[in-house]
Amino acid sequence: MSKITAEDLTPIAFTLAVFVVWELACIVFRIDSFILPAPTAVFSAMGQYWWPLLRNSFVTLWTTVVGFILAVVFGIALGLVVGWSRAIYRGLYPVMIGFNSIPKVAVVPILIMWFGIGEIPAILTAFLISFFPIVVNVATGLATTEPELEDVLRALGASKLDIMRKVGIPRTGPYLFGALKVAITLAFVGAVVSETIGANAGLGHLMVQAGSNFQMPLVFAGLMALAIEGILMYAVFAFLEKRMVSWAFRSSSSAAG
Amino acid sequence: MIRLLDVTLSYPGRSGPVTALSHTSLTVEKGEFAAVVGPSGCGKSTLMKLVTGLIRPTKGKVEVEGQDVEGPVKIAGMAFQAANLLPWRSVLDNVILPLEIVSPHRARLRRDKAAYRDRAMDLLGVVGLKDFADRYPWEMSGGMQQRASLCRALIHEPALLMLDEPFAALDAFTREELLVVLRDLWQRLGFTVILVTHDLREAGFLADTIHVMSARPGRIVETRTVDFPRPRPLDVLYAPAFTDLVHSLRNKIAEVRQA
Repeated sequence: MSKITAEDLTPIAFTLAVFVVWELACIVFRIDSFILPAPTAVFSAMGQYWWPLLRNSFVTLWTTVVGFILAVVFGIALGLVVGWSRAIYRGLYPVMIGFNSIPKVAVVPILIMWFGIGEIPAILTAFLISFFPIVVNVATGLATTEPELEDVLRALGASKLDIMRKVGIPRTGPYLFGALKVAITLAFVGAVVSETIGANAGLGHLMVQAGSNFQMPLVFAGLMALAIEGILMYAVFAFLEKRMVSWAFRSSSSAAG
Repeated sequence: MIRLLDVTLSYPGRSGPVTALSHTSLTVEKGEFAAVVGPSGCGKSTLMKLVTGLIRPTKGKVEVEGQDVEGPVKIAGMAFQAANLLPWRSVLDNVILPLEIVSPHRARLRRDKAAYRDRAMDLLGVVGLKDFADRYPWEMSGGMQQRASLCRALIHEPALLMLDEPFAALDAFTREELLVVLRDLWQRLGFTVILVTHDLREAGFLADTIHVMSARPGRIVETRTVDFPRPRPLDVLYAPAFTDLVHSLRNKIAEVRQA
């Protein structure tokens, strides 16, 4: 456990390698820092503007999280309803596919017209974009309950609600957490997209501002902040997933013969 | 105890109605161990669903304990080829699952938790899983999972145990072990069993009567009484009389497959 293996070090090694190659490319090909700033320039911009970066990161973070929480609450509720009944599933499916295939960027201007420039369009974009995978995964988890297991329980006189509570809902756990990992990154994308179109705070807003002031190192510093925030949020849910539905991970690896 | 009276079951298929069972009659007495054998696709599993009330016959009548079956019978425990244990529950909690559903246990479970736990532990002891109660299903072999599945089917002390090829996915040695486990459980608890299988030796070793079904549409073409004395040791499997029984059953099935 405590021994660090070569495999644990590869992510760090690769990240460093990317920066080194990037830096070398900037030097060797004499790339203007206005086109592509070297990592050193980006990091120094990060140091110089740490406070605006941090403050705007927090704005992006909270709009993402609020949108995501809304998506989780409504996504689970709708997923349960859809998974409950085949009729609802069939009725709702085309609507949801249609809704999901609308690029959410196209909705942002509408949201801004409705709610004005600010955090609300960002929250709603985050919500809209991350909602769908949660619904689909929860519904799939419910719909794929083994028919034989259902027979066992029905023969005991179990109601549909019993089967749902004892089998269906616990079973959706791994599907749900898989979806949450995807949804949190999507919510993040949604929030930033909305901020770049119209907002007065947030990392997206900061990058647009920096771009129009020709501060390329700061734009890239913004990108870096986005990447770090995205990795952190993903890591939180990957960790939760391991903790909450560990049985789904171990079942395949350690089944005795 | 269980009577099927001239039961026909058909359901809509891709190209017209499919008849799974036609004019099937069958009687199983209380405490009897009945086996149903036949070629694959002869509607054996349909028979199980009919008896437990999961589906209703198109024609004819199904009676369990003198009552017409009109819905799930609630006195049955079931086990299938796949153990179907819940991976997020320990073995003990898997075994207790039916008690959380069947009344009156579901109302008492919280109050009498310890007593029900003891009952489950006893049952796990009979099948040799006492030390595995706190393990998870995926930590156990297929044979052990199937033992736990049998316990789950029996925990609410059902009057009727329905088994649908419960040992089909196991290797030959594990299967023999489980034949003994099932034999002992049955002799100890005295429930009625309907065992659906395509393994003739399994049927011959365990059953009092063997019903042979024809190919689809299925119906019972022959009923055999097996009168090897009980308790039957595993050696019965290798006795000449047993081999003769299996042989003649095999011929019968070959015959109905041709027809």
